[in-house]
Amino acid sequence: MTGALSTALRRGRRLSRAQQEDLQGRLLVSPTVLVVVLVVVLPFLAVVLLSFLDVRLVDIPRLSFATLEFTTDNYAEMLSNSRFWGALGTTVAYATLTTVGAILVGLGVALALRHPFRGRGLIRALVLMPYVLPVVAAATIWKTLLNPQYGWVNAFGTDVLGWDGPIAFLSTTSEDVAGIPVPVTLLTVVAFEIWKTAPLAFLFITARLQFLPSDLEEAAEIDGATVTQRFRYIVLPQLRGVIAVLVLLRFVWSFQSFNDVYLLTGGAGGTEVMAVKVYTELITRADIGSAAAYGLALTVLLSGLLLIYVRVNRRSEVAE
Amino acid sequence: MKRLAANPVRRVPSRGGIRVLKVTVIVLAVVFSAGPLLYGVLLSVRPLSAVLNEPLNLLPSLGELDFSSYPTALRGESEGGFGLARFMSNTFLVALSTVVISIVFSALGAYAAVRMKFFGQRTVSALFLSVYLFPGIVLAVPLFVMLSRIGLTGSLVGLVLIYMAQTVPVALYMLRNYLAAVPRSVEEAALIDGCGLFRMLRSVVLPMALPGIAATSLYVFIIAWNEYLFALLFLVQDRERWTVALGIAQLTEFTVPVTVLMAGSIAITLPVLVGFFAAQKLLISGLTAGAEKG
Repeated sequence: MTGALSTALRRGRRLSRAQQEDLQGRLLVSPTVLVVVLVVVLPFLAVVLLSFLDVRLVDIPRLSFATLEFTTDNYAEMLSNSRFWGALGTTVAYATLTTVGAILVGLGVALALRHPFRGRGLIRALVLMPYVLPVVAAATIWKTLLNPQYGWVNAFGTDVLGWDGPIAFLSTTSEDVAGIPVPVTLLTVVAFEIWKTAPLAFLFITARLQFLPSDLEEAAEIDGATVTQRFRYIVLPQLRGVIAVLVLLRFVWSFQSFNDVYLLTGGAGGTEVMAVKVYTELITRADIGSAAAYGLALTVLLSGLLLIYVRVNRRSEVAE
Repeated sequence: MKRLAANPVRRVPSRGGIRVLKVTVIVLAVVFSAGPLLYGVLLSVRPLSAVLNEPLNLLPSLGELDFSSYPTALRGESEGGFGLARFMSNTFLVALSTVVISIVFSALGAYAAVRMKFFGQRTVSALFLSVYLFPGIVLAVPLFVMLSRIGLTGSLVGLVLIYMAQTVPVALYMLRNYLAAVPRSVEEAALIDGCGLFRMLRSVVLPMALPGIAATSLYVFIIAWNEYLFALLFLVQDRERWTVALGIAQLTEFTVPVTVLMAGSIAITLPVLVGFFAAQKLLISGLTAGAEKG
């Protein structure tokens, strides 16, 4: 009897403690959830709504739910516009090149700085700098460096390397180099983004490298494996996880990148990526409906790619 | 391949070769990382004519050192400057407000995520992850419409609200790792001794997680200080309220001497770099905590 009662009491207390925890947990996250709903979830629903409306910036003060007329014109116009498909192609090229580039550079530098030496801490900090710089300051300095009249790069190219003349790095859609058309400006913008984001790859890979057990590599070295063999068969397989995370993060972020491209070129020279297109539709063309349609297209594409990525990753995990 | 395998001497890349490669990579990495910033510094202390006439010659001779670009950039427009000091105080206000709100909210959320089981936990963390990955430019469209509608464009309050929502997921993620490191037994002892939840958080968890909170605050501060897109959308009409990022970007559109532009870029970079170098170790461990999962 007393035993049963105490069990019930205890059970009752435990239950109420779990309930209390449930309540407190929800209480603690609620401010954050509230702000995220207000500033992210609701606006996202609004994008969906706006993309089916014919609204322009001047209509904002008179906007009301009673007078909304739904239309699919924004989508029809977008899909029949060659600039949409151009922007899409540019975005895919830009995101792929910057992702691959940033990870390769990050990997190379992380490997070079793997073993301790005097001054390594300082070099690590220097290498990380581009990642924390204000993007506006970085872009302003790069624009100056690449300036055709007084930029150092063009001065060096014409005076020392013997170029025929200065190169307009930020406004040359295509330039023939030995008969091959090279998208100069797109590559310049890609180089800037790699410069700015490779430190993140470096940081993640360095963190993983620190946790690699050294015994395998030592055993392989004693067995006569070369440096390249040890890298290929021992180090690289263990970095696969972190590289997969980096591919995901970098691709998602490069795909939606606005600041870097807009600040350097404003979308000129064949660098009009989707994010810049959303901005020009919204501000330059003052067409909210169309901007929303471009934005939603960007989101849908990104979600689709994410889904494929998750599928493929899961399958390869199962296969192992 | 076969030929190489048959020749054991050539199969082993020489240690010297690897070392040369390593040193080359390190030198290139340092030159590329620090080079542009150094270039900005050098241009900012030379007279304009020297920069325009001898673009290749980077080292200023002692006699031509000229620091006047900095006061010109910082002074207000009425005194013949470009108002950077005012942009800096605007940005400082915005960034500091963002840090305070974002850290309080995300610390509470992170504690709940680490220590408590509650209904909807998975939904909430999925929500935060999607904010982390969601394209900011897409949200710009409706936020611009909404804030114009309620008259919050041109106000720093609207900006703080957006920065907060953008930084909370990252902050929450970083703080989670730091809070998880606080020993659970200490918290339980405090609760058993009759300490309320909020008092326990304030006087037990907070002091123990302080270094982590400092690093996260600094990171949030840097994000808010550097932010450009939303500042451009909401403040561009109102020069009085420009932030540093918006200010420098707008000045490149005007006919501002390049030396002043470089001085401005360096001036807005300096606070970020000072913070970064001061808390470098903490920041790095916080940012990479996720990478350890492999």
